[in-house]
Amino acid sequence: MRHTLLRPTWLALALLLTGVGGAPFAAAEDAPKTIVLASTTSVDNSGLLGAILPVFTGETGIRVRVLALGTGQALDTARRGDADLVLVHDPEAEQSFMDEENGVTRRQIAWNDFILVGPDSDLAHVKGGHDAVAALAAIAKAHAPFVSRGDRSGTNALELRLWKAAAIDPKSGAGSWYRDIGGGMGQALNAAAAMPAYTLSDRGTWLSFRNKGSLGIVTEGDARLINRYDVIELNSAKHPDAKLMEAHRLADWLVSPEGQAAIGHYTVNGETLFTPSAGNPK
Amino acid sequence: MLSAVVASPELWSIIGLSLAVSLCATTIAALLGLPIGTALAIWDFPGRRGIVVTCNALLGLPPAVVGLGLYLLLSRSGPLGGLRLLFTPAAMVIAQSVLALPIVVALAHRAVEDLWEAFGDALMDLGASRWRAVPALIFMGRRHMLTAILAGFGRTMSEVGAILVVGGNIASYTRTMTTAIVLETSRGDLPLALGLGFVLIGLTLLISAAAFALAGRPTW
Repeated sequence: MRHTLLRPTWLALALLLTGVGGAPFAAAEDAPKTIVLASTTSVDNSGLLGAILPVFTGETGIRVRVLALGTGQALDTARRGDADLVLVHDPEAEQSFMDEENGVTRRQIAWNDFILVGPDSDLAHVKGGHDAVAALAAIAKAHAPFVSRGDRSGTNALELRLWKAAAIDPKSGAGSWYRDIGGGMGQALNAAAAMPAYTLSDRGTWLSFRNKGSLGIVTEGDARLINRYDVIELNSAKHPDAKLMEAHRLADWLVSPEGQAAIGHYTVNGETLFTPSAGNPK
Repeated sequence: MLSAVVASPELWSIIGLSLAVSLCATTIAALLGLPIGTALAIWDFPGRRGIVVTCNALLGLPPAVVGLGLYLLLSRSGPLGGLRLLFTPAAMVIAQSVLALPIVVALAHRAVEDLWEAFGDALMDLGASRWRAVPALIFMGRRHMLTAILAGFGRTMSEVGAILVVGGNIASYTRTMTTAIVLETSRGDLPLALGLGFVLIGLTLLISAAAFALAGRPTW
């Protein structure tokens, strides 16, 4: 046996493991001015927050850690006290969040719209329409595959409101044409491109999405498809541990002329994704 | 496209964090798991079989469940909320340690069980106590121990369900290779997601090869 020969190599391995493992955490220590923003995939995955938050951090020194979740999950995260500020897009869920006195101020920062996307084949013959409810009714009637987020996100909430307006219970199509995937917008678009199927998407995610396959916009321009983004500041009585001072500065910056300009100037492939609307809420 | 990403500092910070979190978690799992697995093989006590069976069952511990359980523990409204660990790399290390520990215990136990059968009497005749036999047996079975550690490491490097929940996939802070792959897939950038996947597999391969090289040739 060569015990003595081998011992140093084990020591080296152990040192390597602990040394390599330990070093990066020193840099990852909690900075004094860091806040957690519970937000939605539509503003983060579209690249908006990545483009505008560095401007805010440069001015204030406050770093922002973004959690990209569905609206329902983002609000729940804030309810549990795990976030300092909320930026979401589901008016009804936001209202109950405010009613529970979790938030103190709710301000609109921007809007864009939702669109119905579907495959070239267009089984339900809805392409080119401007009535989202009629389009969903046609999809249900044709039993054309439809992908639902099913994740309590803002987009999912709107989809369910549209079904209700069409007086259709989509669950009746569960197991056949109505496909509740329980996932994010990107997952839903990937699934819709592969099946292929119709789905409801926010325009920001759609424009920055890269795996569209045969999907294209089939219905847009319905007033019911408006998509409002609100920033909500938390109630200090319910959330005493949240970093509300820093969160307040970010909320104020988002609605300030400068923040609004940063939002309006963000484009993907030359298209504006979000229309700033703090001064003139939709 | 991919070459631009490979040259970006963000990719290197993601790789660094992946390695840091996984190596920390593997180290913790090894420091706890090797002695526990060995002890389970050489001591007999009531409930031992139950623990061994449980550890083997937990080889398939669902990461999403570990993530959710830890999330509820570490949330500000949970019992350990005061530690402020949720959405930090430390929370990811805890999650991965929990996932890797049963793997290290079960594989170490299996290796030492055979060694103890073959050499246990001899060790005891030489006057070693069971306590002193633990490090000796770990050393004798070091190649199997290395396999146990690498299996645990593989689990931590490939896992995504738990760290996505407790880490939050925050850019430049808790974004790892696996969570970045999930993110790019959801952005529809499938070539980039696949490229990141190959980088991840390559890294795991390199580390495995390096560990084998360091451990040397078999001596028994």
